[in-house]
Amino acid sequence: MSDRQLANSQLGSLEYDPAPESAAIAKLKPSYGLFIDGKFSEAEGGAQFATVNPANEEQLSMVAQADAVDVDRAVSSARRAYDKVWSKTTGAQRSKYLFRIARLIQERSRELAVVETLDNGKPIRESRDVDIPLAAAHFFYYAGWADKLDHAGFGVNPKPLGVAGQIIPWNFPLLMAAWKLAPALAAGNTCVLKPAETTPLSALVLAEIVEQAELPPGVVNIITGDGSTGAALVDHNDVDKIAFTGSTEVGRMIQQRTAASHKHLTLELGGKGANIVFDDAPIDEMIEGIIDGIFFNQGHVCCAGSRLLVQESVADEVLRRLVRRVEQLRVGDPLDKNTDVGAINSAAQLLRIRELTDFGVSEGATRYTSSCELPQKGYWFAPTVFADVSQSHRIAREEIFGPVLSVLTFRTPEEAVAKANNTNYGLACGVWSEKGSRTLWVAERLRAGVIWANTYNRFDPTSPFGGMRESGFGREGGRHGLEAYLNV
Amino acid sequence: MPNIESEAQLKALIASLSGVDAVGAEARAAKLSTRSIKKSTKLAAIDMAISMVDLTTLEGADTPGRVTSLCTKAMRPDPRDLTVPSVAAVCVYPDLVAHARSVLGASPVAVASVATAFPSGRASLAVKLMDVREAVSAGADEVDMVIDRGAFLSGRIGQVFDEVVAVKEACGDAHLKVILETGELVTYDNVRRASWIAMLGGADFIKTSTGKVTVNATLPVALVMLEAVRDFAETAGRTVGVKVAGGIRTTKDAIRYLVVVNETVGSTWLTPDLFRFGASSLLNDLLMQRLKQQRGAYVRADEFSMD
Repeated sequence: MSDRQLANSQLGSLEYDPAPESAAIAKLKPSYGLFIDGKFSEAEGGAQFATVNPANEEQLSMVAQADAVDVDRAVSSARRAYDKVWSKTTGAQRSKYLFRIARLIQERSRELAVVETLDNGKPIRESRDVDIPLAAAHFFYYAGWADKLDHAGFGVNPKPLGVAGQIIPWNFPLLMAAWKLAPALAAGNTCVLKPAETTPLSALVLAEIVEQAELPPGVVNIITGDGSTGAALVDHNDVDKIAFTGSTEVGRMIQQRTAASHKHLTLELGGKGANIVFDDAPIDEMIEGIIDGIFFNQGHVCCAGSRLLVQESVADEVLRRLVRRVEQLRVGDPLDKNTDVGAINSAAQLLRIRELTDFGVSEGATRYTSSCELPQKGYWFAPTVFADVSQSHRIAREEIFGPVLSVLTFRTPEEAVAKANNTNYGLACGVWSEKGSRTLWVAERLRAGVIWANTYNRFDPTSPFGGMRESGFGREGGRHGLEAYLNV
Repeated sequence: MPNIESEAQLKALIASLSGVDAVGAEARAAKLSTRSIKKSTKLAAIDMAISMVDLTTLEGADTPGRVTSLCTKAMRPDPRDLTVPSVAAVCVYPDLVAHARSVLGASPVAVASVATAFPSGRASLAVKLMDVREAVSAGADEVDMVIDRGAFLSGRIGQVFDEVVAVKEACGDAHLKVILETGELVTYDNVRRASWIAMLGGADFIKTSTGKVTVNATLPVALVMLEAVRDFAETAGRTVGVKVAGGIRTTKDAIRYLVVVNETVGSTWLTPDLFRFGASSLLNDLLMQRLKQQRGAYVRADEFSMD
């Protein structure tokens, strides 16, 4: 076993005092109900479950556990709203509501950022600067489309699908809700949204915002619960569309259950993104890009650049700089404005990360782990880089969904492409080179939905996002994102 | 340290430097400027910044009286509070060096002089060297030279290098700061290359700007220069300082630079020996923010002397 703790680097010794954002800003309630038909109500069976702060394992709030009866209430409410109100509104009217939601997200952005960080464990810097502004941007963007659907390239007067059941993951709770709701509502669908079991709170604040924006009751329903709630939603006969973001395993199950039904389906699943580094890459920015690619959101990113393919001639230099930079990451209290890497979202996820990294060590990869001090309570995993990884190692093939990078090498562009494509997934890749022609040559040959050049993990509502092969199908964002919610 | 023996060798070395991705460099600088520096860290950073100031006056209208005032302030930035550290240096034109030297006497505040036909650098090498020698013999501890941007931009980097070498020699024991005038070099790639040429030529410091052109120090430019000194220290084994100059007026700005230093090259560089601010109005803002941290309230701007 070769677990090398890094020597304390000289970097970062202007010690920063803690600069925590106040948890009170979240204004959390002791318990939340289900948002159905424009109001909050208890679950039919009265069941509840706790949602905890992964950074300290303290309970944040109790939320309702929706069962099949509640799902039916939500879907019926969405159906009524679709038939009686939403399908009869004009695009301009829908646009007005979407603009309202966008503005309200901005107005309550500080509260939402704190809620997101408390419930998810991600650093406040990211929820404040990425998640919340992007969520608002998605509503703004699709607000603009609502009255221009005739010009979206899907023919004249394209029709919505009806009731959309939307199941979202825990890694970007509010942002994923925005990705799902904004295009669906713009296209004229009504929605039943189920946030992830471990991160329901920001979606419930969004429910309050939907109420504030005075959307007609039933247009947006938000129901909390575990996998059984999601399954009930997928199985409900009156749902016209299922949109799912999450693991490939669950995605496969959903596709089986919706097969041979009238239900439209889009899936955004896992990934094992490759960041390909050529010897002429802009080295300092490339190191930052690799760091962003894998340690952004603790690596809980489906498109994370979890494999680094580096040209052999610069591999040692890149690894040396990378390890130095990893050591510098500030890991700790997610509410601290200076934290770079926060908490792992759940005990279950932490277990999976540990299991896979242990495998990495036993399969002979060289492990570098940041010597950062981890808090005693909560779910934490120190940023880790594996060198000497080969294509057959589990850590090069399976999605770890944590702050763990696997470094492999290549010698020629052909080999880089072959290795990058040698995966079941196909969500995202990055190419780092100062030579434009080579970047384009490589990008043409990569089998992935998103390819970044000299950057990584950049998102914009105008740009379509989605995968191929086991990373799913369908696109979210941009004009393409409308297609998933129109009958075309 | 690599011994440069021919222009071809220098050109090959400079060509081997990695490019800078402008979008990435600016994003990194912007990200670092979101660091939240509060309480005791802020106080420590303010004192650190004060001790790194090269208190500067480079006006045609400068007088010995103004320089006297500046030197007095440099030694005791806040006469009512002697715990405020003195600044690193005063920076003046060569003709005022002797005067500054006599006012500063044996104080630890150094005299820095701009030279080499500052700010444009448009004079013959002989004139430039004469300028340097006069400043040094008048008592300058530090010389701030400008590179020949015309030569650099037309690819005559050997000439730029030779001038740095010659000026370094003329400096004798005086420390040499080489001003790249990054606002005229325009691209980050150029900034990185010019940084290396200056360091290879013997610069003790590389400095962003004269303060006399439209674009002066920026955070991304400082980042690129700090990366250059870090890499140079690793390959050549010699630590070179960085001075950012022009347009830095607020404590907030100064702290952002300190954060970039801290997270790019680390604590070794967080000393006046290796990092400086070339500024004039910055000092008063640092003093005001220092008092604000201590008293919890702002004082009037007129509480501090204008120069």
